[in-house]
This record gives sequence, C-alpha cells and structure tokens, in this order.
Amino acid sequence: MGLLSILIFVPLLFGLTILLLPKKYSQSYKYFTVAVAVIQLAITAYLYCQFQTGAAFTGVNQLDSYQFKEYLPWIRLDIGKFGALQIDYLLGVDGFSIPLLFLSALVMLIAALSSWEIKENHKGYFSLMMLLNTAIMGVFCALDIFLFYVFYELMLLPLYFLIGIWGGVRREYAAIKFFLYTLLGSVFMLLVIAGLYFSVIDPLTGNHTFNMVHMMNPQNYVPDGIFSFLAHQDILGIPARLLGFIVVFIAFAIKVPIVPFHTWLPDAHVEAPTPISIILAGVLLKVGGYGIIRIAYSIFPDVALNLSFYIGLLGVISILYGAMVALAQTDLKRLIAYSSVSHMGFVLLGLASLTSEGISGAMMQMISHGFLSVMLFFIVGVVYNRVHDRYIYNFRGLATHMPIYTGFVMIAFFASLGLPGFSAFIAEAFSLIGAFNSESVNGLIPRWMAILGSFGILLGAAYLLWTLQRMFFGQLRVKEENWLIKLKDLNVREILTLVPLAFFAILLGVIPSLVFNIINTSVNQFILLFT
Amino acid sequence: MIDLVWLIPLLPFIGFLINGLGRNVLPKPLIGTIASLAVIGSFAISLSIFLTFDAAQPQVIHLFDWINVGSLSIPFAFQIDQLSIMMLLIITGIGSLIHIYSAGYMSHDTGFGKFFAYLNLFVFFMLLLVMGSNYVIMFIGWEGVGLCSYLLIGFWYSNGAYADAAKKAFIMNRIGDLGFLLGVFLIISTFGSVSFTEIFPKAAGMVSGDATLILITILLFIGATGKSAQLPLFTWLPDAMAGPTPVSALIHAATMVTAGIYMIARSNILFALSPVTLDIIAVIGLLTAVVAAFIALTQTDIKKVLAYSTVSQLGYMFLGLGVGAFTGAFFHVLTHAFFKALLFLGAGSVIHAMSNEQDMRNMGGLRKKLPITFLTMLIGTIAIAGLPPFAGFFSKDEILAHVYEHNKLLWIIGLFGAFLTAAYMFRMMFLTFWGNFRGTEDQKHHLHESPVSMTFPLIVLAILSIVGGFMGVPHALGGHHWLNEYLSPVLAATNNILPALSLDHATEYMLMGISVGGVIISIIIAYVKYVSKGYVPKEEELQSGISKLSYNKLYLDELYTAIIQKPLDALSAFFFKVVDKSGIDGLVNGLGKVSIEASKTLRLLQTGNVGFYIFAMVIGIVAVLVYSFIII
Repeated sequence: MGLLSILIFVPLLFGLTILLLPKKYSQSYKYFTVAVAVIQLAITAYLYCQFQTGAAFTGVNQLDSYQFKEYLPWIRLDIGKFGALQIDYLLGVDGFSIPLLFLSALVMLIAALSSWEIKENHKGYFSLMMLLNTAIMGVFCALDIFLFYVFYELMLLPLYFLIGIWGGVRREYAAIKFFLYTLLGSVFMLLVIAGLYFSVIDPLTGNHTFNMVHMMNPQNYVPDGIFSFLAHQDILGIPARLLGFIVVFIAFAIKVPIVPFHTWLPDAHVEAPTPISIILAGVLLKVGGYGIIRIAYSIFPDVALNLSFYIGLLGVISILYGAMVALAQTDLKRLIAYSSVSHMGFVLLGLASLTSEGISGAMMQMISHGFLSVMLFFIVGVVYNRVHDRYIYNFRGLATHMPIYTGFVMIAFFASLGLPGFSAFIAEAFSLIGAFNSESVNGLIPRWMAILGSFGILLGAAYLLWTLQRMFFGQLRVKEENWLIKLKDLNVREILTLVPLAFFAILLGVIPSLVFNIINTSVNQFILLFT
Repeated sequence: MIDLVWLIPLLPFIGFLINGLGRNVLPKPLIGTIASLAVIGSFAISLSIFLTFDAAQPQVIHLFDWINVGSLSIPFAFQIDQLSIMMLLIITGIGSLIHIYSAGYMSHDTGFGKFFAYLNLFVFFMLLLVMGSNYVIMFIGWEGVGLCSYLLIGFWYSNGAYADAAKKAFIMNRIGDLGFLLGVFLIISTFGSVSFTEIFPKAAGMVSGDATLILITILLFIGATGKSAQLPLFTWLPDAMAGPTPVSALIHAATMVTAGIYMIARSNILFALSPVTLDIIAVIGLLTAVVAAFIALTQTDIKKVLAYSTVSQLGYMFLGLGVGAFTGAFFHVLTHAFFKALLFLGAGSVIHAMSNEQDMRNMGGLRKKLPITFLTMLIGTIAIAGLPPFAGFFSKDEILAHVYEHNKLLWIIGLFGAFLTAAYMFRMMFLTFWGNFRGTEDQKHHLHESPVSMTFPLIVLAILSIVGGFMGVPHALGGHHWLNEYLSPVLAATNNILPALSLDHATEYMLMGISVGGVIISIIIAYVKYVSKGYVPKEEELQSGISKLSYNKLYLDELYTAIIQKPLDALSAFFFKVVDKSGIDGLVNGLGKVSIEASKTLRLLQTGNVGFYIFAMVIGIVAVLVYSFIII
C-alpha cells in the first residue's frame, strides 16, 4: 500500500471510526478530523519534498514518468465480443497534481479547524467530511478515468448533504441547485467516458481501457473508434471529438465555475456553513480546473487547440463579469463568491494561451486562490458566527474594535487584489503575460484579451477596497448595540488558522519558484501535446 | 562598498519588522530611534557609494535568480548607476530628516509604532523601486509604495473622509499601474526580457518613431500619470493630504510622486526614440502645471496649497522630460525634493503650533511666534518661486530654456504658470505669517515654536534649498553644470539622439531676466493684495466668478463621478440583477419549474381508472395501425 492510498483512505477509516463511536464522545470527532488533516498534510508535504523534476519525471502523457505510482487490477470482466472490461486502481502524480494535493490537505485542515462552529449532529457532519476528504484526494491521484469518475461523483454526495442539512435559511434550494448543476455536467461526461473506453486500447494487453494516460496518446486509439483522431466520426452532425471535448469541458467548467455556468456558486456559498464554503472555494473549484487540464485538454488536445479563442474569451468574460457583479454585492459572502468567479477566470485565460508562462500562471492561480479564498471565507465566517449577519452596511469602523481581525482582513484583501509580494500577483501576472504573448508565440488568442483581463485586477481593487473602507474604517457603528459585545477579536484558534494561509500567500509571492520549479517539467510536457 | 548595496533596502525593512511587531510593546523613543537609525544607516551606505562610485557603466548586483518560467527569466538584482545613486541619496537623506521630524511631530499619537513601521516599509519599497535592475522589481516597489501611501493617508482611518481619500489614491494609482503593467508585458513580448541592461542596448538600435516603442512609452507614461499625479489622474494627491504631514512631505512631495519621472528618466532611450510620446508628455505636463497652479490660487487649506503646488511642479518636470531636458527634469526632482519637503515640514510645524488648524484664514501674523519655521519656509518659498540663487531658479530655468528652444507657445504658457507659482506661494506666506492673528484665543495661547527635532530638519532642508541649485549652474552663469556631467553616462545614448541646448548666452540671460522679473512682479501683486490691503478670502467671494472654478478644483471630481463611477455602478447592478438573477438564474429556475409542472400534468394521466387505461390503449393501437398501414 503506497503513500497515495494511505492519503486517500485514512479519512475513510477515521470516518468509519466516527460512525462507530458512541455519541457521548461526539466532542472528540472534530479532533479526529484535525488529526486526519494533520496526517495528510504531513504526507503531502513529504511527497512534495520527494517529488522529482526533470526529463524522466514529466508525467502528463508519459505513464512511466508519473511518481508514487500504484497499480492494482480492479475489475476484469469478460464481456464477450467486446473483449475484457478493464478497470484499474491506478494512482500517480505529476507536476499538475502534486501542488493541488498539498493544497487540498491544507484546506481540509483549515476546514476542520473552522468546524468548531457546527453545533448539531456531529456524527453525521464529521463522517461526511471524512468521506468528502477521501473523494477529493482520490480525484487528484486517479489515473484511471473510471476511478476518477467514481471519486468525482463521490464528492457530490457528502457536499449535497453538508449544504442541505447544515446550511443557512435557503439551504435546500442551494443544495439542490448545486447538485443538479454538477450532475447535469457529469452525466453527459459519463457517456464520453464510455465512448473513450471503446475507442482506446491498452497497448500492452490489447484490451479496451479506462487508463486516461493511454487516452492521451493518439496511437492507442482503434482506427474506427468513435473518438479516434483519424476516423473523424460525427455524432448528430457534429464532429465526435469536438462534441466530446465540449461535454467534458462544460462538466468541469460548471465546477470552476465559468460564466455562464456559475450561478450555483453564490447560492451554495451563501447557504453553506463556513467549513464547506472553505472546501468549495479552496478545493472544489480547483477540481474543475484540474479536470480541464488533465482530461479535457490532455485527451482532446486537437479540439482544445482549435477552440483556444473561445476558451480565452470565456476566461475574460468570467474575469470581468465576476468582478462587475461582485461590485454590486451587499452581502459579504456573496461578494467573495463572485470574486472567486473573477479570479478563476484567470486560470482559463492563462490555460487558453498554451504558453508556459500562461499555464504556469494558471496553476499558480489555482494554488494561490486556494489559500486566499479559504482565508476570505474564513474571515466572513468570523463575523457571521458572532452576530449571524453578513450585510456589509450593518458594519462600520470595525478596525478600532477588532484590530487583529482587521489586520488579517487587510492581508487577505490586498493579497487578493494582486499586490506584489503575494501569490496572486505572480499568478495573475503570469496568466496575463502568457495571454499577452500568445499572439506572437502561437497566435492562439488575441492580445486584447490580456488587456481586458488586466482590467479585472483594477475592478478587484475597487470592490475589495470599497468593502474595507465601508466595513472597517470610519466611526465604529454596528446595527445592534449588543453586537459590540459579541464581536470579539480573534481567538487563538482563529489566529492559528489564518496564520498558515497568510504565510503561504506571502511565501509563494516572494519565492514563487517553490511552485514554478515543481510544475515546470510537466507544463513543458503538456505543451508538447499541442504541437 | 558596493557589495553592501543589499543592506540599503534591508535596513528599513528590518526597522519595519521590529517596529511592526513591537509597536505596542516598545517605548516610543526606542521606536523612533530604531526607525530613524535604519534610514540613516541606509543613507550612510548610499553616501559612501556615491563617494566611491566612478564606473561609466551601470553596475548590476545580482542577488539570486527569482523566477524562471518558459523563456522568461526575472533575476532579483539591483542596478547601481548615477541615476539610482542620486535617488538613493534623496530617499534616504530626506527620509532620515523626516523620520527625525516625525519623532517630534507624532509624539502624542497613539499609533506611533504603527506610523514608523509604515514609514520604514515605505522607504524599503521606494528603495526597491529605484534600485531594481528590471521592470518587475521596479513594479514591485511601485505598487509597494502605493500600498504604504494608502496605509499612511488612511492613518487616522476612524475619520471616514480620510479613509475615502486613501481608497481614492490607491484606485487612481491602480489605473495608472495598469498602464505600467501592460507596458511591461509589451516590453517582455518585444525584447524577451525585463532587465534594463538587456533592453536598452537593443532599443538603442531601433529606429526613432518605431510604433511598438511609441506604444510601450505611452503605456509607461500612463503609469507615471497615476503615481506622479498628472492629468487626468492627479485629483488623488490633494486628497492625500489627509495623511500626517511628515507623510505628505516624504511620500507626496519628495519621493514617491517623483517615481514617474524616475521611471521615464530610467527608460530615457525608449522615450528619446518616441517623439510622439515626448510631445504628449510635454503637453500633459504643461497642462497639469498650469491647471494645478490655477487651483492653488484660491485654496485656503495650507496643505492643499502645497499639494497643488506639488502637482504643478511635477507638471514642470514632465514638461522638461517632454522637451528632452532629461537632466533638467531630474535636476528639478532633486531641488523640488529639498524645498517642497521643507515647505511641508514647515506647514506641519505651523499646524502643530496652531493645534491642528489648517485653514489659513484662521492664521496670520505667525512670523514672530514661529521665527525658525517662518525663516525656513520663506527660504523654501523663494526657492520654489525661482529667484536666484536659490535652488528652484536653476532647475526651473533649465527646463524653461529647453521649452523655449522647443516651442515658443509652450514656453509662454509655462512661464505664465511660473508667475502663478510665485503668486500663490507668496499668498500662502502672507496669509500665514503677516497681518494679524485671526485664530481663537485658545490657539493664540498655545502658539509655540516647534521642538528641536522638528526645527533641525527644517534648517538642514533650508540650507539645501539655498545651495542645492549649485549642482547645476549653467555655463551661461559661469558654472559647468556638475549634474549634467555626472548623469551623462546614464543619458549617453539619449544625448546622441536628442539635440543639446544650443541657445546663445544672450538669449539665456534674456530668458532668466524675463522669468525673474515676472516672479518679482507676481510677488509684489500678492504683497499689495494680502499685506498692504490685508485681504483675507471669504467663502462667498471664493464661490463666485472665476474663483469658483478654481476653488472647486474645476469640478473634476464631480466629472469623474458622473462619467466613470456612476456608469460602472449602473452596469454592475445591471449584470447582477438582470443578467445573473433574471437571465441565467431565471433560465435555470425556469427549467426546474417546467419539469416540475410537466410532471404534475403528466401525473394527472395516472387516474387509476381502468376504463380510461383501456380507452387509451385502444386509441394507441389504432394510431399504430393507422401509422403503419396508411401512412407508410
């Protein structure tokens, strides 16, 4: 049993333990969750340090060069004339997944630490959290697309209940909206996966395979397969590979989320309890970005290349539209939710450029936004837990009343608006550099996209500084008198939660090579798919 | 000594860390000492580098490889040459004086530790800005000083208006920064590098008027209009006076606001090859100079007068750059740093003595109570007005001489602005220090000269305002313009392209004569109005006629609200309420509703009535039969 399996199944084990433990120990569940997250953080940190780069460790479409690989034949079924069904338990990581694994472990720790606010039904809540944790780790490790899909769908179930049971007033609407949105995307994706299965054969066994790395190599396709590079099959008059890409892309675009598939996000965030918002923003959205890179782009590179213009355009629209809508918000959490839409747009724009600057920037943005959005949602949670209100106009001049809190708010806000010295600046700058250079390097996306995209940085400053000024500066005034007593400054647990996030946001802003050097080999290999 | 160059920014950064962490623990004198010593230490190193540096080539001190992605590599390196050395001396020298001054000025403030932490952080970023050997490091410093400016303008944030001013400053700067950022992107895609030493030699080989170069320089200039408060982005600077006065002196007069000029001087070869951009810069600079001087004429807040005067003087610097007088513009950066820091600190001393009163209508007759402040400020005022042999005379004259040669119309307008400068500056002096005291009894009772920690910097800066101009005495006056020679290695390539000043001495004497004569007349007019007639501006007079336009700052703020902020807000609301809520969500919820309604309707068919089922079955069979036999 390898480290990746341990990483995936430790939470499941603890989740079962929580289920079996009598209710009188319910106060201990949260410590279990924290313990699991600490173990996972240690494992991912170890993996990160052991991760090797260089020509022999490219990953992407080179199965042998994935690291910490684990392989078990899982399902072997003889299905007559269709050959043998082959589903493998295949795990491995490359430069695209390793930073996201570390991020996920950190986010899960923060989510566990912010679960102190959960007041009811601890057993159900924490065991679902553990199940979710398993699914998340599995998604980033799986190299068999069937296995990936199992983990991917497994995320949906606990999230639905976590929002629907422990959420706010309109939780049921939000939960069902989230559920249907994501399910809609993934149901069609399943059809594509089936199509891919029948189009691809394992070069060693000659069986059809769900191995997604094999799916990235054109020579593994059977000549008349539906998704074959050469056969140019049509479905309903649309080229099959084009349709396949679009289906998979939309499935993940919903997760990212990309305008216009984003309206589940503000509702889900607003209704979800703080720890779930943290997981949604910190990890779930990254699953979308990761899926686009790992599956949509890597398996359908030819289509992705042709659609670069439209993908870049969607990125720019997300950046500007998300920021503009954020500007119109009066609920702090909704504002942060829309800012996520805007920031994740940079991921798409950088990716669409297919330059190493742009893709590195996109990866950096996923990681950076992971830390920062978690920080932002935690910050919202601090106020909400104390007075159960998030309406921006109900607060004024908090800086004098909660100085430590305000300090962290300022770090998070300035980091998010792309101030140099913080990770988001590096990420957004490189996404934009990639997009800007694309016109002269490969001609995929025009320069005006980068120019328009950079206006997103300006709008970001506008809505974040407006909020800062509105809520924290000026004369102290809150809606109700007794709020002043409830609005205590941060306690030690909260400070300990925010410190590592601020630390990583600054660390990656000052030494971005900690990420760039790790992902570099895989990024370059990835670009080769498109030449 | 040059090996220690990394210590120059590091010392203030350490000061920031110590004071930032110990702001509530350490005693005030210790905080002030640590902060001041950090900057003085940097000044000592800068001074010794200045004294020993004699290389004709810029020295790049490579500290480490910072980012390598794709073909782009960004080293973390500092560039030391004549231009950065002069900036280092100004930042750390004037920075030291202002730190010492602040220890006195801020001594009663509860945020003392925080103030010095921010001030040290500002010096750190400002040093990064001028020392960086590439545009990315420069941009980091550029945004960093913007952050510190934000924090210090909003230092007394419980006043909502001050916090508003801080926000405005940051956002307007960001608009400019966007231009800078895009300029850097274009540099990267054009030259494949961000390092000065790689870009400039390549650029020197390009033809004058190259379209890409023009675009790059225009974008960089947009960056400069934000940070250096030029039209149309200057309205943040007068509002920035909300910050403590030492901040106004250091950030909003002597250092940060000159960053735009430094950036253009640093990229001189790019601009020298873009004549179109130079013309734009000259016109914008001149317009800003005159507009700001016009507004300054009627302001009644002593700091606002100085703020508009700063905007106006920055305009002159850009005018100088625009007509190719790179040395002259940079010369004015240096002299302006002396006399404007002096004037702001003097104003701070007045405000301190007047128990935080800033309206000049409530001052008057202060010269006897505040003799040192009065004398030093008078020196500063003479220097800015441009009377020889004070510092401002030489630098402003050099710019105007270049303008005269470049274009006579620009020269006449520029000269007119210079006369306005003398008028509003002496108006300020007369209203503050002459006449009778117009404040309250309480204020009169408290009037006192400021402590030594505040008067000492005033005296040093006053001396510099007197002698500072001698670093650039023109040949016409028997000098050999030391600064011009000193900066020549930095401007070598540019000097090959742009023509040198070719006025004969007689013309130069004439120009000096006209400007000095006009300045003296302006002073006399101001004297007659404000001293002889003892005129004090009244609110209703300021709100009528042409004064109204000046007093209300040409209604620029109102204009920006109407044409930018309001439409942006409306568009945001439209996107949220119409597109997001009604459009996309309407569609999503509509789909949900349709399927629920459809199921409800279909459910009605399941009546449980066997007769109905049989009837439906028969209809179905008939339909199938009809379909298969008749139609096909």
